[in-house]
Amino acid sequence: MELPDAEQLLASLAEQLKPHVGPETALVGIRTGGAWLAERLHQTLGVTPPLGTLDISFYRDDFSQIGLHPEVEPSHIPFEVDGRDIILVDDVLYTGRTVRAAMNELFDYGRPASILLAALVDRGGRELPIAAQVVGATLPLPDSQNIQLNQTGSGRLYLSLHGIATE
Amino acid sequence: MKKYNPQLNANGELHHLLSIEGLPRDILTHILNTAESFVTVAEREVKKVPLLRGKAIFNLFFENSTRTRTTFEIAAKRLSADVINLNIGSSSTSKGETLLDTVDNLSAMQADMFVVRHAQSGAAHLIAKHVAPHIHVVNAGDGRHAHPTQGLLDVFTIRRYKEDFTRLRVAIVGDILHSRVARSEIHALNVLGVPEIRVIAPKTLLPTNVEQMGVHVYHDMAQGLKDVDVVMMLRLQNERMRGALLPSAGEFFKYYGLTADKLAHARPDAIVMHPGPMNRGIEIDSGVADGRQSVILPQVTFGIAVRMAVMSILAGN
Repeated sequence: MELPDAEQLLASLAEQLKPHVGPETALVGIRTGGAWLAERLHQTLGVTPPLGTLDISFYRDDFSQIGLHPEVEPSHIPFEVDGRDIILVDDVLYTGRTVRAAMNELFDYGRPASILLAALVDRGGRELPIAAQVVGATLPLPDSQNIQLNQTGSGRLYLSLHGIATE
Repeated sequence: MKKYNPQLNANGELHHLLSIEGLPRDILTHILNTAESFVTVAEREVKKVPLLRGKAIFNLFFENSTRTRTTFEIAAKRLSADVINLNIGSSSTSKGETLLDTVDNLSAMQADMFVVRHAQSGAAHLIAKHVAPHIHVVNAGDGRHAHPTQGLLDVFTIRRYKEDFTRLRVAIVGDILHSRVARSEIHALNVLGVPEIRVIAPKTLLPTNVEQMGVHVYHDMAQGLKDVDVVMMLRLQNERMRGALLPSAGEFFKYYGLTADKLAHARPDAIVMHPGPMNRGIEIDSGVADGRQSVILPQVTFGIAVRMAVMSILAGN
């Protein structure tokens, strides 16, 4: 299967997000892929508040099944969340559980005026009533496949597809 | 073949935290890295995360300790667990109930985790061996044996101020003989690769064969503190001074109390630590305790993050 070029999708995200950027806008990326994207968008869109990143490990709903993620990084929200219009960025939108966790975590920093979800790829398969307002590409995939955003040493982003071993 | 370790489950993951002895470096590092994320949680408007929602954590304190119990309680609450504090010295055991009967009764109340402080070495081990497999046990200090979360928060504090464990010279000063804190610190520093650990104490307050723990022994502060990066003071327990081990508190302070003069032998950027509660004027001078090199209060703050890390890792395994 021919995968879209992540750099082109990112350019499309930036184009679509431009009209949404206002004086109270702040960008938050979900680690790891979403944080890469948010960092690039932060430069392109000229958003004033410093970039935020979330590691949602402490908010995952599967903690009781799989335990704590072995590599938790601190979340970093270097601005007041109260009253902000937040653009939340993730690489792949799938079940919606990551986004739910991210929103729960954001509200522990304060009460944003709004949250807009931007995803590079919407692969379908939602298990929660969550939708992205801004999407780079819609790419329905079966559960047996996993799409992943990667970064080269020079910072170039690309997508890859992996089969999931079934038991 | 790996030695059997009652703290680890079949997958080699941490199931109980009883002692730092025998834990691999990657488990220690995982705890320290996770604690780093919990430090930032405490800086937010809402200092809680939902990880342990619905879990019941029992603080079983058979020996008094306000600070340790409080920091465990805060840590559990910030993980959204339900916390039940029991100061058992004053209740069941005085009515004749055995330790394991107490534990069985609390297990019947759907406990998920026990945090245990006991004057007897090995009490937490005994409970860990006894409880059902879904229950986790954290040793919050047992006799002279171990106080692993204190050891962990101490190395976490060191890591926050000093970059590389493998280049450090660390001195532990005071009553090594009776100190479970010193034992846990020495194990943690060894596992993390600190090349030079010194203990400084009078002969009467050193265990025999202490060198076998991989430490260098000093009886003189000027020599022992020379060029160290970290000074870890220990609390001198009042009851020790009434026995034959020490002539007097004044005498101890004169030779082993940390004063600015003695600290001047350490590196200029050395940090000063103390597990608390401090005896000002006995093991540490007020000027040093409150001075620029002291990280004693940050230790308390980091202690909460480290205990959150331990409890969340245990509960997830």
